[in-house]
Amino acid sequence: MAEKKRRDTVRRSMPKQDDFERRKNFAEVALGYTEELARGEAARCLNCKKAPCVSGCPVNIDIPFFVKAIVDGDFAAGVRQIKKTNALPAICGRVCPQEEQCEIKCVVGRRGSPVAIGRLERYLADWEATQAKIEKPRLARKTGRKVVIVGAGPAGITVANDLCLLGHDVTIYEALHEPGGVLTYGIPEFRLPKAIVNREVKYIESLGAKLVLDFVVGKTRTVDNLLEEFDAMFIATGAGLPWFLGIPGENLNGVYSANEYLTRVNLMKGFLFPDFDTPIKRPANVIVIGGGNVAMDSARTAVRLGADEVHIVYRRGREELPAREEEVENAEEEGVIFDLLTLPVKLVGNEQGWVSGMECLKMELGEPDDSGRRRPVPIEGSEFHMPADAVVVSIGNSPNPLIAATTPGLDIGRKDNISTDDNGRTSRHNIWAAGDVVTGAATVISAMGAARTAAQAMHEYLTNLT
Amino acid sequence: MYKVIERKMIVPNLHELTIEAPAVAASVQAGNFVVLRPDDRGERTPLSVADWDREAGTVTSIFMQVGASTAKLAQLQPGDTIPTFSGPLGRETVIDNFGTVLCVGGCYGIGSIYPVARALKRAGNRVCTLVEARSSYLLYWQDRLRQVSDSYFNITRDGTVGVKGHVSALPDIMQEAGLKPDRVIVNGCTFMMMRVSEITRPLGWKTVVNMNPIMIDGTGMCGVCRLSVAGETKFACVDGPDFDGHEVDWREFLARRKSYLPEEVAPLRKSGCGH
Ligand SMILES: Cc1cc2nc3c(=O)[nH]c(=O)nc-3n(C[C@H](O)[C@H](O)[C@H](O)COP(=O)(O)OP(=O)(O)OC[C@H]3O[C@@H](n4cnc5c(N)ncnc54)[C@H](O)[C@@H]3O)c2cc1C
Ligand SMILES: Cc1cc2nc3c(=O)[nH]c(=O)nc-3n(C[C@H](O)[C@H](O)[C@H](O)COP(=O)(O)OP(=O)(O)OC[C@H]3O[C@@H](n4cnc5c(N)ncnc54)[C@H](O)[C@@H]3O)c2cc1C
Ligand code: SF4
Ligand code: SF4
Ligand code: FES
Repeated sequence: MAEKKRRDTVRRSMPKQDDFERRKNFAEVALGYTEELARGEAARCLNCKKAPCVSGCPVNIDIPFFVKAIVDGDFAAGVRQIKKTNALPAICGRVCPQEEQCEIKCVVGRRGSPVAIGRLERYLADWEATQAKIEKPRLARKTGRKVVIVGAGPAGITVANDLCLLGHDVTIYEALHEPGGVLTYGIPEFRLPKAIVNREVKYIESLGAKLVLDFVVGKTRTVDNLLEEFDAMFIATGAGLPWFLGIPGENLNGVYSANEYLTRVNLMKGFLFPDFDTPIKRPANVIVIGGGNVAMDSARTAVRLGADEVHIVYRRGREELPAREEEVENAEEEGVIFDLLTLPVKLVGNEQGWVSGMECLKMELGEPDDSGRRRPVPIEGSEFHMPADAVVVSIGNSPNPLIAATTPGLDIGRKDNISTDDNGRTSRHNIWAAGDVVTGAATVISAMGAARTAAQAMHEYLTNLT
Repeated sequence: MYKVIERKMIVPNLHELTIEAPAVAASVQAGNFVVLRPDDRGERTPLSVADWDREAGTVTSIFMQVGASTAKLAQLQPGDTIPTFSGPLGRETVIDNFGTVLCVGGCYGIGSIYPVARALKRAGNRVCTLVEARSSYLLYWQDRLRQVSDSYFNITRDGTVGVKGHVSALPDIMQEAGLKPDRVIVNGCTFMMMRVSEITRPLGWKTVVNMNPIMIDGTGMCGVCRLSVAGETKFACVDGPDFDGHEVDWREFLARRKSYLPEEVAPLRKSGCGH
């Protein structure tokens, strides 16, 4: 038996929508394992005693346990185990950068490809969704303590989950008209179907969390005003303020932040215009500036909106692209053209104020910089012009200063992030924070990991309150 | 869900809408706006706040029917509900004792300048209010405005009431009344705010305009509402909507609203805004 496992070095690939077909629709690209594929892949796991993969997961899921449950066909047991530490498995199984976290540590990976932990997690979560009844863990006795959570993204949802289970009374305030944070307005349907996000939010509500939408904390009511009613607060407002390059022409029509572009399509359902009222242009020549997941999502969205040509312009090389490899490959398969080592210097417009193209410089890689990556330097005299009728700027986001500006005594770090200790406690004794608002734009699972730590600390505080 | 208390057409194509939204009503100030959606498929539409009743928990806006979303809003009846009503958004208008303040309102801004004038009056200013419309039948809320103003003027295009002409008559009106404003605050359509800024610039009258770009979230997340002010990019929804009219890059602003081209201004001309 052990013999056979060692020989099985190749991971099962996951079925995907056809390259050409999927360019025309917003349906999910990756289709998920079948039961046969899942059990075959799970069988490659060596069930290590001191499983290194677990330490790679920011929420320390007992990976060997749930993988074994798949081998045994006891899916319910697998789901139960995952949910002990991860409230959003269907989401993490899809968007986690697994290759840098749990999977990079997998011992099977040393002699072949690592066990596809993320895909297996997704398999279990999707299996659960097809069951008539979703198992609910037992809730602790009501403590009578009231907690307010600001922001219904992954960090906020995680704390709501944990504190509901511990018996606290939880209310979430969300600025937008839908919960989910970036999962709803940023990550596109073809990568993370909104039905899954809605399902997870419904689950949290079924545990007793109250969700109030259209409520902008710092505006509708201030933090201090809310704290008159609540025993503790958790701030999980993310990093939602888009950066621009600061080059000439950036305010021309047809120049979007990735947030605007993706929000029009995802949150406002612009791709269903005119069935939905929010319009989205369908330009022919789209340039996306940036190289992260957000840039890949924007480029692949432009493909689906029918653009003839979609370019990704990035100032470093392919190796340095911060996006997940899988997403870069997906973009390439869908025909996105990568203009690497290219620096935008100016956007040019027509008489009516619409963008018509972009002036660029070619770059070459020089000495390594602070981040250890080789610094791109412009090549003199290499100016060239790229035509475009839409440009999506996707170079990063920082936290929105709204709450910081209206909350006295809340320590703020550089780049507007909220400062906390290792347990997520801020400079205010009854306020915690975690997720992108603390770290700057990061990942779903790191936001959730930090949120779980904060939830524990909040629980201790609430339990000791007299 | 937010309940519609009242929706009525007060002059042709301009509607007064009152919504029950106690949390917004409790904290709203002059110069703020709200974002609402008429139904589940609707756009997030920004509207300035024209009045409120903190006790009753209601908020009132004046809107002009121009496109799909405002057409849906114009169908609302008392007792109906709308799914989104978020606010108060944006910074409030800066209120202080400036001395003499000239409040200028046009189209929906006749409504939204009212709480500004009221707050300025309470702060001890000498408040002059000037309302501009195409014709007398497009004027509304005159009694309310007079109540909070030390002097009140109308300008109509056709001269049916007040001075005949448009906002360029503003300096003459002020001179005739022997008034020199320490500050001018303008609410209303983009063209009027731009025109007033052009007129007051050579006179050195500080002019505050309440900008109305295209918006989505209204919380600083999308950046669609950006404009250049004194050479810097600002987000109208969080840095504004009030800005110094002499520092705004109007050409860019109008292009971004797609209303630079005469044909796109047509709906406004039809609907009686006067420009
Ligand atoms: C396009 C895109 C693609 C991404 N792809 C991936 C990926 O593949 N894998 C991955 O791991 N990560 C990805 N990320 C990053 C990931 O989504 C974030 O790190 C994660 O969502 C952070 O979670 P959060 O809960 O801290 O904040 P968010 O998800 O940003 O949620 C914050 C919530 O707070 C609300 N809010 C803000 N201010 C207020 C206020 N004043 N009052 C009330 N509510 C407020 C916001 O509306 C929002 O709903 C991506 C991000 C983007 C934008
Ligand atoms: C902070 C802020 C406050 C606002 N306050 C009010 C308010 O109190 N009352 C109000 O009626 N409107 C106000 N507006 C404008 C209002 O948001 C828009 O009129 C509305 O969103 C139009 O939606 P629609 O779907 O009906 O029309 P759309 O289909 O979006 O627009 C129809 C056509 O009219 C043009 N258009 C629309 N509005 C204007 C305008 N004001 N000036 C020039 N061209 C225009 C558009 O370019 C387009 O060609 C405000 C905007 C902002 C940003
Ligand atoms: S949550 Fe992410 S890191 Fe943890 S096991 Fe699942 S895929 Fe791996
Ligand atoms: S390290 Fe790999 S083989 Fe070992 S338990 Fe984890 S997933 Fe299985
Ligand atoms: S409306 Fe989105 S940032 Fe202002």
